[in-house]
Formats: sequence, structure tokens, C-alpha cells
Amino acid sequence: MQTKRVTFGGYGVPALLVAPQLAVTLVFFIWPASQALYQSVLQQDPFGLKTEFVGLANFRRVLADPAYLDSFAITAVFSLVVAAIALGVALLLAAMADWVIRGATAYTTLLIWPYAVAPAIAGVLWWFLFHPTIGIFAYVLSRFGIAWNHLLDARQAFLLIVIAAAWKQVSYNFVFFLAGLQSIPRSLIEAAAIDGAGPVRRFRTIILPLIGPTTFFLLVVNIVYAFFDTFGIVHATTGGGPGTATTILVYKVFRDGFEALDLGGSAVQSVVLMAVVVALTLVQFRFIERRVHY
Amino acid sequence: MVEVALRNVTKVYPGGVTAVRDVSFTIPDGQFCVLVGPSGCGKSTLLRMVAGLETITGGEVALGSEVVNAREPADRDIAMVFQNYALYPHMSVYDNMAYGLRNRRVPKGEIDRRVREAAKTLEIAALLDRKPRALSGGQRQRVAMGRAIVRQPKAFLFDEPLSNLDAKLRVSMRVEIRKLQRAFATTSIYVTHDQLEAMTLADLLVVMNAGQVEQIGAPLDVYEKPASTFVAAFIGAPAMNLLAVTAAEAASMAPGRAVPSEGAFIGVRPDDLKLDGSHPGPPAGLALDLAVTAVERVGPESFVYGSPTVGRGEIIVRVPGTSAPALGDRIRALAAPDRLHLFSMAGWRLSA
Ligand SMILES: Nc1ncnc2c1ncn2[C@@H]1O[C@H](COP(=O)(O)OP(=O)(O)OP(=O)(O)O)[C@@H](O)[C@H]1O
Ligand SMILES: [Mg+2]
Repeated sequence: MQTKRVTFGGYGVPALLVAPQLAVTLVFFIWPASQALYQSVLQQDPFGLKTEFVGLANFRRVLADPAYLDSFAITAVFSLVVAAIALGVALLLAAMADWVIRGATAYTTLLIWPYAVAPAIAGVLWWFLFHPTIGIFAYVLSRFGIAWNHLLDARQAFLLIVIAAAWKQVSYNFVFFLAGLQSIPRSLIEAAAIDGAGPVRRFRTIILPLIGPTTFFLLVVNIVYAFFDTFGIVHATTGGGPGTATTILVYKVFRDGFEALDLGGSAVQSVVLMAVVVALTLVQFRFIERRVHY
Repeated sequence: MVEVALRNVTKVYPGGVTAVRDVSFTIPDGQFCVLVGPSGCGKSTLLRMVAGLETITGGEVALGSEVVNAREPADRDIAMVFQNYALYPHMSVYDNMAYGLRNRRVPKGEIDRRVREAAKTLEIAALLDRKPRALSGGQRQRVAMGRAIVRQPKAFLFDEPLSNLDAKLRVSMRVEIRKLQRAFATTSIYVTHDQLEAMTLADLLVVMNAGQVEQIGAPLDVYEKPASTFVAAFIGAPAMNLLAVTAAEAASMAPGRAVPSEGAFIGVRPDDLKLDGSHPGPPAGLALDLAVTAVERVGPESFVYGSPTVGRGEIIVRVPGTSAPALGDRIRALAAPDRLHLFSMAGWRLSA
């Protein structure tokens, strides 16, 4: 690093400069997180009049609840499928973009738009497209003899949230993949071509290994996204139904806490989710430290 | 190991840039051809068309008896050494060299034998397990060479392979590349803008200028009979002195040679000018009175820069040893008539 080091006398200016960031973190992250931790060891009566300390009883109850384990399984499958689709489609698009128009940005800009769409809006959009009576996709599918009704069919409902969630994430992945692909020197690909490797083999033996670190980074980001950022999509499309078929963990936190008013149980679920994200982040950091340099 | 032929090859890039215009020449089997020319003259473009990395806008490229215009690089059976070496960063040195053989489904034992043999020849046997990032520039260069020779291709292509090395290493690698090419007797095309590399490596020297071939020939022929003022100035260091003269002046300097009435360029190499303070000057030939403006002492020789006392421009004289005149001295430089090159005002060589 050749950057010039700027020094401040005392702590006044630095403290002032980090204060806004600290305040935001405190108010929107540390405080709610500590509240969740606090709530998770309490039990409240249905009218909110009496609260008592119950230790780990909430944890025991939630972790033994088949409905919770079921939701965990749904979430795991959901996040893996979303990550796989979002990564696969993004890589395909990025490879094509890299191949056809190195450097042209119009196409790239278009593809980033979905990322700027709020989850709830994305949800409404896809809800609209797939609506059994007014949706254009549902109509087209019915033309092909497929009866689409995600309000009744659990598999279709699951598919709907997967599509909506993956669609929103594709653009983010695309940008990273495209940057990754463009950072591979062209002469490497040319050397491989001269060395007798066809396009598929080049992709598998040269390009994929070289964008491996990017792919791993995106995999973790996508799983975290599917775990935590998809509430709006579920809420706007399926509402967790039919039954609990699309009740992923973040949605269950909301349902149990704000609809069933089981604040203790809901807080426990939040704590578990926090643990998951911390674990994923740690894996990420360890891996990046070890593998990012060639 | 084939003859490489280019016939009326033209390249127009999508933006409308004509990078190569109507180039034709043939490299006999096993010969070392060097493409030399200033930056942007289309050397790399020409090489990449032979490799199959650029489409050919017009004309034909033939390897042996086969026109390869429509062939993928993979199917041309050539090997290329890139300026930045283009080693696969995630593979060991061994895998880098084995990659092309594996792609061509060469048996494992054969791959191993060839890789180890090449590594021994290039003295990189101890580095086979390393990744390219753990190698010095010179070692990377050797691995890139190794990757080319294990393939035993029909032709080697080099695009300025030595330009990222320091001066000393460049000289030793130059010698080594020449030895290897002789040993394998593989037809080679080598791109450089370094005229010394061009002179020392080439069997066949192709001087390019602005997308066109300016002159083709054996290096010494090109040096002794440059076809144009461009080649004269480009080949040889320091460059040939060029003076614009009238028809009458030209006739007195080089008697018996036809000079166009509008005048000509007289060219004389710094080596062919002799310093002689007392001599009245030969009856014919060139005699220049100079005021010394700069002296470069290289060691075995010195280069004396002078401005003619009549006329304009700068003249360079090579003086053997270290006994060069001092700054500000007035000197007389002489050249025999048979050492003079004559060019038309358009820059083309006047015969004889
Ligand atoms: N991909 C391209 N698209 C458009 N023009 C190009 C492209 N590649 C090269 N050119 C142009 O073609 C001409 C020849 O380029 P080329 O790379 O062959 O030169 P070169 O002789 O190898 O030069 P250097 O010694 O600097 O490598 C240049 O004017 C260059 O700007
Ligand atoms: Mg070049």
C-alpha cells in the first residue's frame, strides 16, 4: 500500500467521523439484536401483562417443534435452490456478455436493474405474473396444459418464491461474475485455445478455477440473501402458504411473533438466524483470507 | 515442421482500421522468420492471424499445403509464446506444460516423458511443482517456452517474448531461443521491434511499416541494401545518416549512378564514415565538415554526433576505441562512394 498516511491529533475528529456509523449500527443492529437475545429467555402472557424469566426453556421448546424443523428444512432447500439458480443463470449471462461485448455497458446496466427493485415489489411483480386468474404466465402455462395455482399447489408456490427470489439476485451475481470474467487476461484464454482446448473445456479448466473465489463469495452472499432478505417476496406472493409450504425461517419469525404473538419463541428463532449468519460470515472470512490470492 | 505461406493477407478491424494490407511471403520449412517494425505496424495482428486468434479479412494463410483460414487455433497445431507469458496461474509448472498434451489426449506416460525432457532442456526441472506466481520473470519465460516445445507443433509463434526481461537476460534468452529453434528445426515466426533481436535471430527478416511489408530478405542483405529510407533508418543502430542532396551533388558524390533530376537522399552508415582531419577528401564520395555536438563513449567504440558546417541535420560517426574528438572540435568525416546508399525523394532505393 502506497497510500499517504494522514494523522489526526487526539481522538476528537476520528470519533466525530465514525459516530454516525456507530449510531446507525447501535440503533438498527446492536439494540434489536440484544432485544432479541433478551426476549428469547423471557415468557410473556398473551395479554402482555406479565413477563417471567424462563432460561433456555424457549430454546428447548422451539428446537423440538416439528413445525420449526420443517421450516428449517424448507429454508435450507429454498436457499440452496435460489443460490444455485441465481448463480447459474448469472454466470451464463455473464459469460455471454463477456464473450459478445467486452466493455459495452448498456447491456450490463439493464441487467443490474432487478437488484434495485425492493423485495416486496419483486414479490408483487411475480405474484401478478403468476396470478392464477389474471397472471400472464399462468395463462400461458394453461395454454400448455399446465394448471398453475400456487394458492393451492405447495410445489408451485415454492417454485414461485424460488423464481422471484432468484430473479432478484441474478443481477447482483451477474455484475460480480462479469467483473471476475473480465479480470481474466485475454491471453490466457487464447493460450488455452492454442493449447487445443475447446470453449467448454476452456470454461471448465481455466475460467471456472480462476473465478472460484468469486463464486464462493457469491454462494455465501446468496445463501445469506435467501435466508434473510426474502421476507418481502414471501409476504407479497404466498404469505407462507399454502399451509406452511413456503414458510421460510424469516417468515416464521414474523408469523410466530406478530401473528401468534409468541414473542419468546420468535426471539429464539431470531437468535438462531443470527447465529447462522455469523457462522456463514466466519466461513467466508476464513476462506477469503486463505484462497483469494493466486 | 512445415512451410508457412501468407498470400495477399489483409486485416481490417471492425472499427475500419486496416492493420495489415496485402502481405505475401513464404517461410521455408524450418526457418526462423522475424517480423520487425515500429509499434502499431501490424506485426502482432499478422502473427495472430497465423495463430487463428484473429479472423483473416482477405487472402490466405497456409501451413504446409493446407489453407487454414477457417481453422480454429486448436486445430492448427501451432504453439505460441506470449509477451506476458500467459501461464495458467492456478496450475503448477508441470500442469502448465502438460495442459496442451492432455487436451490432445496424449498418453500419460508420454506426457510425463516430454514434460520432464523439456524441463531438463530449459533447466526448470526443479520448478515443476511451483505455481507461476512463485517464479521470476526469466523462469516464467522458460516455462512459456517449455509449454511450446513439449507440444512439438508444426510452427512456433513468438510475440515479443523477451520484452519483459532485463537487458542481460534478454541477451542470454535470445541466444537460447535460437539454439532451441535450430535443435528442433521448427518453422518459427518471431515478432519484435528490437532491431538487434531481429538481426541476430532471423534467417528471414521481414520489415513492416504501416501494415505493409517494406522489405524481405536475409538480415545482412537487408542491412547492406535497405530497400527504402524507412528500412535504412530502422535496421542498424545507430541509424543510417540520411542527407537530402541535389542531383548535381549526388552525381559528384556517387559518380556513374543515375540520379533523378529532383534530387535524392544520400545514406551512409555511421560505421562507413571515417574521421580524417588532414585529408583533403577523396575525388568522389562524401566529405562532411562537422562541429562535434556530443560524444557517447560506449567502450569498444564511441559515437560522435556532429552538425554539418554547411546544410542541416545531425550526423553520427562511429569511431573505434576511445580516441574520439572532444566536444566543439571541427572534424571531417569521409565515406567512399561504394559505401553510399542512394534513395529517391520518395524514399525508395535507387538501384546499384
Ligand atoms: N482489436 C483491435 N481492434 C481495432 N484495431 C486494432 C485492434 N488490435 C490492433 N488494432 C490496430 O491495428 C494496428 C496494428 O496493431 P498491432 O497490435 O498488430 O501492432 P504491433 O505491430 O504489434 O505493435 P506493437 O509493437 O506496439 O505491439 C494498430 O493501429 C492498432 O491500433
Ligand atoms: Mg504487438
